[in-house]
Amino acid sequence: MSFTQALLEAIESLNGNKMRSGLTVLGIVIGVAAVIAMLAVGNGAQASITGSISSIGTNLLFVFRGAADGPPGGGPGGGDGRSGNNDRPLTLSDAEAISDNFAAPSVEAVAPAIQGNGTLAFGGEKTTSPISGVSPAYLSVRNLELAEGEFINEEHILGRMSVVVLGPETATAIFGHPDGVVGEAIRIEGQPFRVIGVLVAKGGGAMGSEDNNAYIPFTTAQARLIKRESRDEVDVIFVQARSAESVPQASEEIANILRQRHRTPIGADDFSVFTQQDFLQIFETITGVLTIFLGGIAGISLLVGGIGIMNIMLVSVTERTREIGLRKALGARKKDILLQFLTESSLLSLFGGIIGIMFGWLIAFAVGKVAVATGNNFTPIVGTDAIVLSTSFSAIIGLFFGIYPASRAANLEPVEALRYE
Amino acid sequence: MDLVIEARNLTKTYKMGEFDVQALRDVSFTIERGEVISIMGPSGSGKSTMMNTLGCLDRPTSGDYILDGESVAQMSDDQLASVRNRKVGFVFQSFNLLSRLTALGNVELPLRYAGITEGRRERAQAALEAVGLADRMSHRPYELSGGQQQRVAVARSLVNNPAIIMADEPTGNLDSKVGKEIMNLLLNLNKDRGTTLIIVTHDPAIAEQTQRVIRLRDGQLESSGVETKKGKQQ
Repeated sequence: MSFTQALLEAIESLNGNKMRSGLTVLGIVIGVAAVIAMLAVGNGAQASITGSISSIGTNLLFVFRGAADGPPGGGPGGGDGRSGNNDRPLTLSDAEAISDNFAAPSVEAVAPAIQGNGTLAFGGEKTTSPISGVSPAYLSVRNLELAEGEFINEEHILGRMSVVVLGPETATAIFGHPDGVVGEAIRIEGQPFRVIGVLVAKGGGAMGSEDNNAYIPFTTAQARLIKRESRDEVDVIFVQARSAESVPQASEEIANILRQRHRTPIGADDFSVFTQQDFLQIFETITGVLTIFLGGIAGISLLVGGIGIMNIMLVSVTERTREIGLRKALGARKKDILLQFLTESSLLSLFGGIIGIMFGWLIAFAVGKVAVATGNNFTPIVGTDAIVLSTSFSAIIGLFFGIYPASRAANLEPVEALRYE
Repeated sequence: MDLVIEARNLTKTYKMGEFDVQALRDVSFTIERGEVISIMGPSGSGKSTMMNTLGCLDRPTSGDYILDGESVAQMSDDQLASVRNRKVGFVFQSFNLLSRLTALGNVELPLRYAGITEGRRERAQAALEAVGLADRMSHRPYELSGGQQQRVAVARSLVNNPAIIMADEPTGNLDSKVGKEIMNLLLNLNKDRGTTLIIVTHDPAIAEQTQRVIRLRDGQLESSGVETKKGKQQ
């Protein structure tokens, strides 16, 4: 019997039991759709995170206190960079030493910062936001732009002046709009500050958007808002390399300077230098594990769908014992019967796979819509790898779970099968 | 003498738990090409076993069985399937048609398993015409009467031009008038085509219409050569 005939007969037979075939296909549809959607969400998360890390700038380096086991506190935007052990803290003089053109020729600019949180208030409106004590260099090093007003300058630093530059989200949170707020007086932790500038929205997500920050002069923060053990202690030093190519060299120069200053032997650093590449790698690993995890869970539902196919095929073989006996009496060989039932189970999983891909695509699309509607910059990505993976997986499942029922049918004794009631 | 069936010392033993049950004991007989034979015997006499063995659905435990020149006693399952396909046509008491297929599709089935694609439809149509169902080809079994269904089964049994047609109580599920029609159809086919016809039955009236009766009792041949009146006439 030829393959096309087997195919036609299988379609006829599946068609004869629409409800049952449909439900069996549904099991595979759910499995494949889940795999596709989960992988799409995982890939989308990865792309969104790596995208936002890339937007930080390719020639940026971060220097933290503590040995390099990983970035502390989830990144420069989040934690305070203090590891709390015997490591020597980073200081302003460390930052100064790094900006030395002779010791560190690959370094373009240096911006030390201390970071904390505080409540901002204007009139009745209140918001809590991250507050950074920064130097004038911060603007260019972090690649920020002013929407209006000015940034913190040397005068503000020297005078420990009560001035603040707001991120656009912070401005919107307390004023209701991000523009025309320069000159207003707000309170940070109860102390009066004058708004001197508002930044342009930069977006981002993975490392916390910096649009909701508030920036005050380093010295002001040190003296009045974010207390540290010593006067010149800093949480993080942002370093801008001369170019993207000189980043590894800059990292090496910074490490050498700090080793000398902290008198640590090589291999026992009490500081860590991260490049944007490092963060990229770390988050790619994290999202990679997440994607595999999600895909694995979805894979289990695909497995359950496969067991559903096996179950239905076993019922079908039992129901059609007489038919199998008759076919054998008419001259069907073992492989004819085997082919007949394998075709049926493969068709079930193939239909399920095709519908599942479309369905999964739809789910991914919907997740993307929801994400956009809730203001997250996140697009699920349905990759060809996910489609190929789930299609071949469902086809294999159809074959694998079809083989046992089909071989049971093929090995029926014609005499027994014909006698079966 | 042209022998189509030659059975030598056929023995079939079934294991029923700890006991061996001998369904056939040392049975030997021959059937000539073109003969019409009936196999009779009370239930438990080995009738069904005999039919399964002659129809190549099962192998004898020992002994030799030569069908149309081929010794089938030692054949593998797939070889037996091929022999059934080429040399044996089956007509069952309960018709055994596939309800999903049309009459034509059912008759085509043996040709499909024979790997015949060219002229398959025409041969199936010719077979249906031969049993008088030219106008029912695209009907499905549930749209046909019992007699018509059995006619389709007869068409299916002869579409491959087999050496023998095995009919197991072919009139058992039909009323006597329709049963008579089916018997006449089978006998006419034998007359026209010379196909050997073996009918398993417990109905003496049916046996009476065949040329020779093989009687079984307790797995043994009671008689293998009782010629009926009809047989004597010919």
